[in-house]
Amino acid sequence: MLSLTCPNCGVTAEETEFAPGGEAHLKRMGPGADDAAFRDYLFQRKNPRGVHFERWRHAFGCGKWFHAARCTQTLEVFGTYTAQTSSVPDDIVAAIKARRPDWELDQ
Amino acid sequence: MKRYSVFALAREAARHHAGWERAWRSPAPKDAYEVIIVGAGGHGLATAYYLAKNHGIRNVAVLEKGWLGGGNTGRNTTIIRSNYLQDSSAAIFEKSRALYETLSQQLNYNIMFSPRGVMMLAQTEHELRAWKRTAHANRLAGIASEMVSPRRVKDIVGIINIDGPRYPVLGGLWQARGGTARHDAVAWGYARAASDLGVDIIQQCAVTGVDRDATGVTGVQTSKGAIRCKKLCVVVAGSSGVLAEMAGFRLPVESVALQALVSEPIKPVLDCVVMANTVHGYMSQSDKGELVIGGGADGYNNYTQRGSFQHIEETVRALIETFPLISRLKMLRQWGGIVDMTGDRSPIIGTTPVPGVFINCGWGTGGFKAIPGSGWATAEMLADGAPRALAAPFSLDRFTEGRMIDESVAAAVAH
Repeated sequence: MLSLTCPNCGVTAEETEFAPGGEAHLKRMGPGADDAAFRDYLFQRKNPRGVHFERWRHAFGCGKWFHAARCTQTLEVFGTYTAQTSSVPDDIVAAIKARRPDWELDQ
Repeated sequence: MKRYSVFALAREAARHHAGWERAWRSPAPKDAYEVIIVGAGGHGLATAYYLAKNHGIRNVAVLEKGWLGGGNTGRNTTIIRSNYLQDSSAAIFEKSRALYETLSQQLNYNIMFSPRGVMMLAQTEHELRAWKRTAHANRLAGIASEMVSPRRVKDIVGIINIDGPRYPVLGGLWQARGGTARHDAVAWGYARAASDLGVDIIQQCAVTGVDRDATGVTGVQTSKGAIRCKKLCVVVAGSSGVLAEMAGFRLPVESVALQALVSEPIKPVLDCVVMANTVHGYMSQSDKGELVIGGGADGYNNYTQRGSFQHIEETVRALIETFPLISRLKMLRQWGGIVDMTGDRSPIIGTTPVPGVFINCGWGTGGFKAIPGSGWATAEMLADGAPRALAAPFSLDRFTEGRMIDESVAAAVAH
């Protein structure tokens, strides 16, 4: 069972207190976008075996959204960070690199 | 290949069973094949078998990272049914179910197909309406399934509690020719028959890269060296995203864990499959007497083949309300498989952005029932270079065109 820390209210709890919300940092496409770009936004997903960035909601707590960096192969959580950003913060990248030296950020 | 028969059994009984031969060959990989199939699960092996059997293409290798049938083929709850809502789904799943009927004879391998009937419970008014709609759609598609009353549900499923306080049974969608089969035997039977037709099944051979030039795929890099091929078919379920990344494209697929568990063995109490989709649980009884139970999938990406404990608890808690008899049972084993979920909960069979690379994935939580039909349709596609009628609706393009085959709403959760 995952243990996550909500960066909004600071509470650390088990995954039953949170709701997963899928891939983070998706770029929303507008009405003017072509079909391929809109498909990518709606359906195409990064599905890595390894480091993954996700949206979570503190459903049974403060109710707010946040982001988590997690390994899909080991379930290790590298860190959580605010949802009010469109890129991965430097301290999270550093925390991942400390555990996965070969990993490169791909955005 | 020596055929299995009652005479073979008598012959071997008379000589201390010393004459049984290995069910399939384990050759070293050749330098090149016409077709390489990645993944020796049910779908990959069925594809190889029908390629050799129906299309005469026998220069085929099936590469498997682990052992044959060790992924989702050996981890599912073995349910076979075809009562799907959408026409394209109904066509391929009914083709599959029909092939299951005679598969043991076809493969000369007892897959223990048991058409014991599948009962899908309606436990809310919405579900009742949805199943009625599905029953009408099935009738139009020529699939034998029917709506039955709560009384009839109780007649068929003796141990069920139809007037529970939270989840009363309001009816059921009953497919009498649905059922179960022995999942390992399906993989083993296809492997044996395909190997006999000349297909090389190479286990412990992980694909580490896909070779391509300007015109398309040229081969694969593996843990047993480079192997060239003209066509490459990726049939790796949960690992589809990883293989697609190697080939240089992305899929509308996310991999999550789905769990199942079995109870201690008890005397026969349940002679059909019961699916309770409102409460995320489905159950049947194995020949050994264990209750085989499946539940809902986890909500987040996961490659560990382990699921979250709370999903087991949710599944079992809900099933106890519907089947009070199981409340004192001990659960023996629990396991997980990695399922590849698409946005519309329908599979993908089709060509990919890389010429010569084909894909069969996205079966999500319901792939076992589709093995024969999926193999049949994928073999047609590999032989022709383009999908025929059975597979055509399941192409990757549908996500660009908005042409969804929406089974996520139709099937609720259990698939």
